[in-house]
Amino acid sequence: MRTPRHDLSRRRLLFGGAAVSAGVLLAGCTSNEQSPTEAQTKAAGSGANTEPGKKVTIGFSAPAADHGWIAAITNNAKAQAGAYQDVELKSVEAGADAAAQRAALSTLISQKPDVIVLLPHDGKELNAFGLEAMKAGIPVVNLDRAFPDARAYRCQIKGDNYGMGVAAATYIAEQLKTKGVSNPVIGEIPGIESLELTQERSKGFADTLASYGFKVANRRPAEFTVDSGQQAATGLFQALPKIDAVWNHDDDQGIGVLAAVNQANRKEFIMVGGAGSKKAMEDIAADNTVLKATVTYSPSMASSAISLARLIGQGKGMSDLVELQVPKEIVLASETITKENASDYLKLGF
Amino acid sequence: MSDVRESALPAQSPPVERAETAKVDAPAKLSWWRGDGGEGVKRNLGLLATLVVLVVIGILTRPDLYGDPNWVWGNTLTILKLASVVGVVTVGMTFVIIGGGIDLSVGAIVALAGVWCTTVATQSYGAGGMIFTALTVGLAVGVVNGLLVSYGRLVPFIATLAMLVAARGLAAEISDKQTQVSGNTFINGIASTNVLGIPLLVYILVAVVAAGWVLLNRTTFGRRTVAVGGNPEAARLAGINVRRHTVLLYALSGLCCGIAAVMLTAQATSAQAAMANLYELDAIAAAIIGGTLLSGGRGTIIGSLLGVIIFSTITNLFAINNLSAEAQNMVKGGIIVAAVLVQQVQFGSLTQFLARNRATTT
Repeated sequence: MRTPRHDLSRRRLLFGGAAVSAGVLLAGCTSNEQSPTEAQTKAAGSGANTEPGKKVTIGFSAPAADHGWIAAITNNAKAQAGAYQDVELKSVEAGADAAAQRAALSTLISQKPDVIVLLPHDGKELNAFGLEAMKAGIPVVNLDRAFPDARAYRCQIKGDNYGMGVAAATYIAEQLKTKGVSNPVIGEIPGIESLELTQERSKGFADTLASYGFKVANRRPAEFTVDSGQQAATGLFQALPKIDAVWNHDDDQGIGVLAAVNQANRKEFIMVGGAGSKKAMEDIAADNTVLKATVTYSPSMASSAISLARLIGQGKGMSDLVELQVPKEIVLASETITKENASDYLKLGF
Repeated sequence: MSDVRESALPAQSPPVERAETAKVDAPAKLSWWRGDGGEGVKRNLGLLATLVVLVVIGILTRPDLYGDPNWVWGNTLTILKLASVVGVVTVGMTFVIIGGGIDLSVGAIVALAGVWCTTVATQSYGAGGMIFTALTVGLAVGVVNGLLVSYGRLVPFIATLAMLVAARGLAAEISDKQTQVSGNTFINGIASTNVLGIPLLVYILVAVVAAGWVLLNRTTFGRRTVAVGGNPEAARLAGINVRRHTVLLYALSGLCCGIAAVMLTAQATSAQAAMANLYELDAIAAAIIGGTLLSGGRGTIIGSLLGVIIFSTITNLFAINNLSAEAQNMVKGGIIVAAVLVQQVQFGSLTQFLARNRATTT
């Protein structure tokens, strides 16, 4: 391994360049022809608010997508902005962590947007940015991950994690009551354990089950990825030879959970999903798997956030409400999707 | 390699300080562990004993489940099934580590190969096309790793760390950050098919392990791997093309990742860029507790396999007792440290270290 070093840099360049270009080339050849997730937009309507008004520049930032839900957030925001003639969207990708997002946001500020829509990596860590932007006179629409300080945002729109757990537990408990199961075995497959949202979801689930006198027999956390869902579910099935109901927090990891269900050939229980992916809704509508319902945590909130930002930028209120301005906080209800209403929700699936 | 060092040492150390060395050599128990030739077997016996202990803990904590022989058989197969993907990756990793390198990119390669083989375009070629794509992508990335390390002279840690980041990025780019569902019933069937009551995934694991064992122990390729890892300069002087051999080792690891990608895609019936998260650490940890020397030159395939099965059994043990994942990770960490400490004692590194310390201080 001891050769003269003089030609190394050129070699390295060659190899590096060859490797990179080969990768890009091949990726281009076999790239995914799948159509992008159909956006959840709403521009058509009869209210006066849909009329083109003052031009609004909206700055948008969300974490780099690592799973379907976040990808849908960004896609929805872009699609909704595109549906308005009077909105210009300036999107900056927020990179891998809060520090990267802060850096990206400072470049966004320099472009002087009228309103900023922000899904922070971490509400606590970016709270200071919200305060700063508000002080500079740029209204901030805080999307989903909440700033703790109410002065850091003009409007906050988010999902209801605790409510998701409540909705899932209510559906499961009611189903088991109808079936007359008195002492049910209930399993839970949460997402990443260390996240606050996971803990809130699990708390809502446990609290509501307790009100029916039920409890969770076993919890096997996954990581929001398909393979971790499959492994967590496999562990759960080993621990519980007979199960009555399972709540899986996330439909994306649920693909893996359903795979494990088939591989273990377990059909004796009902399963409830979470978030509301298109695939989950199709499975529920088809009614040929253990998945009988899913409780929503819809990325459509990104579309709504853009609409709210536009109204704030134009100084308008929500036309169905009496108030002249947009409300300060909006928490989406977690809705339960079953076979009966799956077709209505399909357009909101991601 | 280690035999040579150990036999050489006692000859040197006595003159240094008689009383001290006597104390260092005192634990006579160590000598049978150091018995010539049987080292690997004895270390594997230790791993088997660990497995037995884990199973006994399982029996004590969940006697209700272990009372049912059907459940025990099914559970054993499940443990092996869950070990299969990481097991295949670990076989490749063991070769790379024995050869004196490290491959941090294995998890990313699995994800990239999995994503690439489940694109709409690839799926249109059927199961054969998907498997071919996964294996080719794995092999190609492995070759790039090998070229960077051997001809580009990058430190393996850095070359494969760069590949880790780049391959995950490319996987995210190809999949557009979406989960790609595999609609191919043949591929999905790999994870749900049983042959003679044993899952196909377990057969694949056994086949890869057997091939790895033969390659390491019964071919010149395997002997060269040990030589290159033990002392690359000596290997080069002995006429081994060290660079080419290094490329082959990383290519082998990449190929194993390609196989693992097919297995994991089958298990999850889908693929995404974030999958196989931290498999590199699982594989390295399994190889290490299996007795593979991180600095290269020594290691066994069977030991690595036992390492993977031990981790899989721990996961299972925590699942059936409804214990948290945090506690599980702590136990895993403890086992890695314990295994390495035991190895140090076994192979006299500790005594060497002490003797050397004394030699330098006097």
